[in-house]
Amino acid sequence: MKSYRPFWIALLVMALVSPLGLYVPEWLEAGAAWGEWSLEEVKRMVGYAPSGMERLADLWRAPIPDYALPGQEEAPLAQRSLSYILSALLGIGLCGGTAFVVARCLARREA
Amino acid sequence: MHIPDGYLGPPTYLASFAACAPLWGVAARKVKTTSAAKRAPLLAIAAAFSFVVMMFNVPLPGATTGHAVGGVLIAVAVGPWGATLAISIALIVQALLFGDGGITAIGANCLNIAFVMPFVGYAVYRWLSGHLSSRKGRAVAAAIGAWLGLTAAALTTALMLGIQPLLHTASDGRALYAPYPLSITVPVMALEHLVVFGVVEALLTGLVVYHLQGSRSAWVLQPSLSEVPR
Repeated sequence: MKSYRPFWIALLVMALVSPLGLYVPEWLEAGAAWGEWSLEEVKRMVGYAPSGMERLADLWRAPIPDYALPGQEEAPLAQRSLSYILSALLGIGLCGGTAFVVARCLARREA
Repeated sequence: MHIPDGYLGPPTYLASFAACAPLWGVAARKVKTTSAAKRAPLLAIAAAFSFVVMMFNVPLPGATTGHAVGGVLIAVAVGPWGATLAISIALIVQALLFGDGGITAIGANCLNIAFVMPFVGYAVYRWLSGHLSSRKGRAVAAAIGAWLGLTAAALTTALMLGIQPLLHTASDGRALYAPYPLSITVPVMALEHLVVFGVVEALLTGLVVYHLQGSRSAWVLQPSLSEVPR
């Protein structure tokens, strides 16, 4: 039997253990990814806020910034884990749904 | 590797969108004309996988974090053009909804992560698996492809960041956008991906390809229409 089920189950498991991606860097005191610092971090590192960066940095307010549900950005790690899992599930649904619809639309135009 | 808003000046991010547009067009056409469109569920799984695998931040203790992308693994299953489409979708969702990567940088990030990575990695995989056709050999070929694919994407990201001070420096010597020159961005990004994050990507890719070959889901590695479940 060929089936997609094992893959969806694997994705679900990945979503449930995704807080590892939150906890492990915290325990080992790893900071932001290189080249993905906030404006404040850049200011601290080079001594000033680059003016173009300052202008563009807040161009877009993401509804769920850094995978933390609104109001949870500063919440304790345990609470943020829940946000993280929900974000993972939401992301899986949205990415999967979008890719599915795109692929189906392309297939239909061919037929 | 997700470039945020404000790191790239308009010439770079506009040029990146311009470079990405035809690539997305070709990717759509390729997915349409190959079996990939009939494998819509697999493309959905690929996009979702890429999204969630990027949430697993890997620490470089006391310094920084990075993550795998799954780009070469996806390319092995749905082809490099399918990977471009699937990973682009994941990157756009990340930027719009989660603020991971800037919206002005969507073109740049897709170019690096959704195009450079799967194509470099897949080319290496194809070339190596010609010489290593055993089960272990294919896994090793995919792992090396993943390692070099991720590092190549890190390099093009470093190039984009590193040319910003050349393009945009005020008369007082202050950078307007990303502040570090090529002499810093290239070695840092190349090293951390060659030594740490690329190795994580390689292990993940190699182990999954090795496991899949012996499992009931091995069909996913043989992209042919007859093997697709209804």
